[in-house]
Amino acid sequence: MKTKASGRSYRRLVWDQYRRDPVSIVGLVFVLLLFLVALAAPMLAGSRPIIASVDGKISFPVLSDNVHVDWKGKVAKGEAWALFPIVRYGPTDIDLGSHLLPPDGEHLLGTDDRGRDVLSRMIHGSRVSLSVGFVAVSIYAVIGVILGALAGYYGGRADMLISRAIEVMMCFPTFFLILTVLAFLPPSIYNIMVIIGLTGWPGVARLVRGEFLKQRKMDYVTAARALGASDTRIIFYHILPNSLAPVLVSATFGVAGAILVESSLSYLGFGVPPPTPSWGEILSQSKHYIDFAWWLTVFPGVAIFLTVTAYNLVGEGLRDAVDPRLK
Amino acid sequence: MTLRDYLLRRLLLIIPTFLGITLITFVVIQLAPGNPAAMKLRMGEQGFLGDEVTTEIVEQTKKLYGLDKPIWARYVIWVRRVVTLDFGDSYKDHRPVLKKIAERLPVTMELNIISIFLVYLIAIPIGVFSAVHQGSRGDRITTIVLFILYSLPNFWVAVLLIMLLGGGDFLDVFPVYGIISSGMEGAPFVNRLLDHLWHLVLPVFCLTYGGFAALSRYQRAGLLEVIRQDYIRTARAKGLPEKLVIFKHALRNSVIPIVTLLGYLLPGMFGGSVIIESIFSIPGMGQLGFEAVLSRDYPVVLAIATISAVLTLLGILLSDLLYVWVDPRISYEAER
Repeated sequence: MKTKASGRSYRRLVWDQYRRDPVSIVGLVFVLLLFLVALAAPMLAGSRPIIASVDGKISFPVLSDNVHVDWKGKVAKGEAWALFPIVRYGPTDIDLGSHLLPPDGEHLLGTDDRGRDVLSRMIHGSRVSLSVGFVAVSIYAVIGVILGALAGYYGGRADMLISRAIEVMMCFPTFFLILTVLAFLPPSIYNIMVIIGLTGWPGVARLVRGEFLKQRKMDYVTAARALGASDTRIIFYHILPNSLAPVLVSATFGVAGAILVESSLSYLGFGVPPPTPSWGEILSQSKHYIDFAWWLTVFPGVAIFLTVTAYNLVGEGLRDAVDPRLK
Repeated sequence: MTLRDYLLRRLLLIIPTFLGITLITFVVIQLAPGNPAAMKLRMGEQGFLGDEVTTEIVEQTKKLYGLDKPIWARYVIWVRRVVTLDFGDSYKDHRPVLKKIAERLPVTMELNIISIFLVYLIAIPIGVFSAVHQGSRGDRITTIVLFILYSLPNFWVAVLLIMLLGGGDFLDVFPVYGIISSGMEGAPFVNRLLDHLWHLVLPVFCLTYGGFAALSRYQRAGLLEVIRQDYIRTARAKGLPEKLVIFKHALRNSVIPIVTLLGYLLPGMFGGSVIIESIFSIPGMGQLGFEAVLSRDYPVVLAIATISAVLTLLGILLSDLLYVWVDPRISYEAER
């Protein structure tokens, strides 16, 4: 007879283990909130209304600003109504008249040297950090899984070759390598994602290789082979699902790392091209006003720190949940 | 496999890894926009010559640098130059790259050696404390504190420290520029040394604090592993005091793998130097590298990437050999 516990799926088991730790839950909630903020950035901060009703017609200026709909004039005169985002400044709205204002009721987190609202820029900047972290790590996780699986499953010459490649990549000071390559390429968020992705895979590859080495001798693999399953099928349908847990854990830490790298690059001026806001870029501006404009230094830094911490907390929680022995 | 065979194998494996390192740097050169010959000329004085003459000169320069040859031949030429430590001249001031690096290396080495030493000095006791008091409130608090430190972006901490302690609106405790105060040339050695060390406090702090978390976790896990071993139970069973068991029997065995992690720390340390040295204006290899990237001084950039990768390779090799040498239980076969 099946007991209740054994009826739970592995995913369910991990989740039950994960949610026992309140700190991990806090991390997860923070990450999810941040994704919401990033997705809804134009709704949260922008100068265009989310919804406007002009002459009886409903429009959504935030999605596409139809020049024929004159919400600006009519709203000002009170002839039309509109629902504005909470922060009524766009991330790239320059207002030189109110530059470098400290935080107050109007600009909750102050303004930068061009009078742009820092809160608005931070809200929109979350998109850069989150997408770079997510995409870059996805790229290197895929590369790492494939190379690690090939090396671990086939062994021999493939393993020799891939292991050498891992060793080579581990020797390079990755951050400097990324900086160098970025200096040769036009600035773009996609270049950053791809380069972090291309340089980050050795850790994952090593992990997956180890897992495959362990698993390929196991009975279930022999059984699958006896049933006539092809190598591809064994690798992807049988062994991979069993070795994915540690990859997921390391990928979560990897996202935190990639966000740190992106913000460091932006801080050094190799980040997303202006005027796109990113947390590191706001920090980079603060360099020139370090003596008095503390808000330019403190807020984006706190945002980076909290995001990185949240991802690391999720990673920790996952690691403990996936393998309780490690606790 | 004997120790000698193992040594030989490891040394031979350096060759493909080294080739891989040069291959990557070579690929990076190919990424550079425009060809190096035109680049070199643009940096030189001949920029105002007519088009025809320039084309001719470009061809000559191409020949000089072997750029007229097929790509594999160029790779061979590049590797041959790297092996003989010939990295060419800097585009910026036409001085030999190797010489420029040699000037900057000592400061970076000093910073990183002090930092690594401090990381170990602090992380190992923390790890031991956490392992001995596993699950206690102290263990949990140190874990959280280290976790926070680990998640703090080091460039941000550097900027905050400059803001708070470097003479902005707040305190003026530490110098934030360079490695020695100006006008100290004639001062007695002790004063100069103290002044120098005073300059290093903030940068070293920024390079160190993030490393505590990883290392102390390794130490904690390692010690917990060792404590479960039979010989520890034996030591306890024969009535040795707990202190002796932990510090003599357990600690010694658990420290070995931590110390051998050293080689793997090097690339991260250098990456940190790039950003910290630029923020604190420290004339080290990191700053040189960053400036070279900014001014597209390719020979310097590639030399730094290659040299630091090779140094790391040697560091890792040394760590692994140390590991095998110190701990006779490690079988050479298990390496793979």
